[in-house]
Amino acid sequence: MEKLVASMAGNVWKIVKHEGDSVGAGEDVVILESMKMEIPISAETDGVIKELKVAEGDFVNEGDEIAVIE
Amino acid sequence: MTFIKDLEERIETVKQGGKTKYHEANAEKGKLFVRKRLELLFDDNLDIEDAFFANCMAGDLPSDGVVTGIGKINGQNVCVMANDSTVKAGSWGKRTVEKILRIQETALKLEIPIIYLVDSAGARITDQIEMFPGRRGAGRIFHNQIKLSGRVPQICLLFGPSAAGGAYIPAFCDIVVMVEGNASMYLGSPRMAEKVIGEKVSLEEMGGARMHCTVSGVGDVLVKTEEEAIDYARKYMSYFPANFRNQPPVHEPKSVKASEKTIVDIVPENQNAAFNMFDLIDQIIDEDSFCEIKKEFAKELVTGLARIDGHSVGIIANQPRVKGGVLFTDSADKAAKFIQLCDAFNIPLLFLTDVPGFMIGTKVEREGIIRHGAKMLSSMSEATVPKISVIVRKAYGAGLYAMAGPAFEPDCVLAFPNAQIAVMGPEAAVNAVHANKIAQLPEEERSAFIKEKQDAYKEEIDIYRLASEMVVDDIIHPNQLRNELIKRYEVYADKSLPFTERKHGVYPV
Repeated sequence: MEKLVASMAGNVWKIVKHEGDSVGAGEDVVILESMKMEIPISAETDGVIKELKVAEGDFVNEGDEIAVIE
Repeated sequence: MTFIKDLEERIETVKQGGKTKYHEANAEKGKLFVRKRLELLFDDNLDIEDAFFANCMAGDLPSDGVVTGIGKINGQNVCVMANDSTVKAGSWGKRTVEKILRIQETALKLEIPIIYLVDSAGARITDQIEMFPGRRGAGRIFHNQIKLSGRVPQICLLFGPSAAGGAYIPAFCDIVVMVEGNASMYLGSPRMAEKVIGEKVSLEEMGGARMHCTVSGVGDVLVKTEEEAIDYARKYMSYFPANFRNQPPVHEPKSVKASEKTIVDIVPENQNAAFNMFDLIDQIIDEDSFCEIKKEFAKELVTGLARIDGHSVGIIANQPRVKGGVLFTDSADKAAKFIQLCDAFNIPLLFLTDVPGFMIGTKVEREGIIRHGAKMLSSMSEATVPKISVIVRKAYGAGLYAMAGPAFEPDCVLAFPNAQIAVMGPEAAVNAVHANKIAQLPEEERSAFIKEKQDAYKEEIDIYRLASEMVVDDIIHPNQLRNELIKRYEVYADKSLPFTERKHGVYPV
């Protein structure tokens, strides 16, 4: 199980993968928007999105949990 | 002749190192014997070894737990100090310390690189009066390292623990390579931490290789095996001269990595979209010549040695793929040391700029982002090697300054045709200047107003306007970047420019 966390503070701009979707290592799960930049948050291991903890428009702080991948 | 036989037997005994059980314990952890490590490290083993018989009268302390000598790496003479952890866990006695001091002093006299193969439990407490406090005590090792710093390359390969005072050997090296699972650095062991401050923590968590290479930044390169660490050291050395008086060695030029994508294809037109800076780097450097430093640490900034047309170059590149390429405290710190390393050994610098600025917010202000950023600026500013800044997409705010902007005497600033240089990006600027107006406008008129102001702003910071004002020295076709760099580095190679006259600056640290 991998916990995906925000690499920096920002807004959730786009959800790329939803609960139940499978992801490969390096694939984007969510894209944040911060400092006017798109910040992709990608999976570190292959797996399935077990839980998505954010919605588009949410503010997240650095280190906040974004998703759980199994 | 019995004395010859005696000599041969003694040599054989000392060469074996410590007791068999310690060799076995090391082998189980994937640790090689010190003499095997040296055999792999050098082109043709050690050429010279001194104080081989150190402490031979003690009987059970062959070479006093450390091998020191000189051998060749890529044909260059290099000094080495290598702990033998089969001898009292590689701990330091009086003669161990003296041997280390002497090989350092040899490196200083000959002005040749020195490599430290560290695998040591630290001081032998029973010997402390002889090896700890005095003029030729362990403190002198660090004093020598500080003196050697910038004169000759100093490399640390960490194969085991580097405890307490010993942890400063890696700290004063140019680069620290750590073997995951075996290497560690800490001032107080977990056992001591529990006794003294009541913290319960594992060695891996507190001072392991992964922690140091990803979190603390005390380690630079994380590897899986000792062989990998040794290969890295040999590759790393190939970019460096023997000392600060010489130029880096020139290698056979190679073409770039074959790719279907050109630089124009790689860099997205949309300023805000992420892309992978490594793809761009691959298209300007000689194939397979990238030797990354601090790969696992502060990944929003890429630092590494490479070759362009056979010549060494140090690359500092924003990575839009990670944290938008924004500069943070750790990335500024990472850049500062890397720039110092390259400048010390006459390796030209290349800044690949695509930076939205330094991070803002409470967290980074509390971490002291201003002083960390100042470190990067000060190292970059002081660097007198050929220095080229390429504005790949954007250079906003102090990000422009940190990436060798025009005010910091780079030899040139080159821009791609869609580059933007500004105090801040169009979105942020329009918001900063017109926030009140936007708030007053009826909802339906807002986006048109914002777009109009953004377009006007973009026109104002248009790159041709900046070229017209001679802020940038040239606007180039992205696919011509490599050729442009080859020509310019060749020209700037003869540059001679002392930074300023003084003892030394008062550095922001």
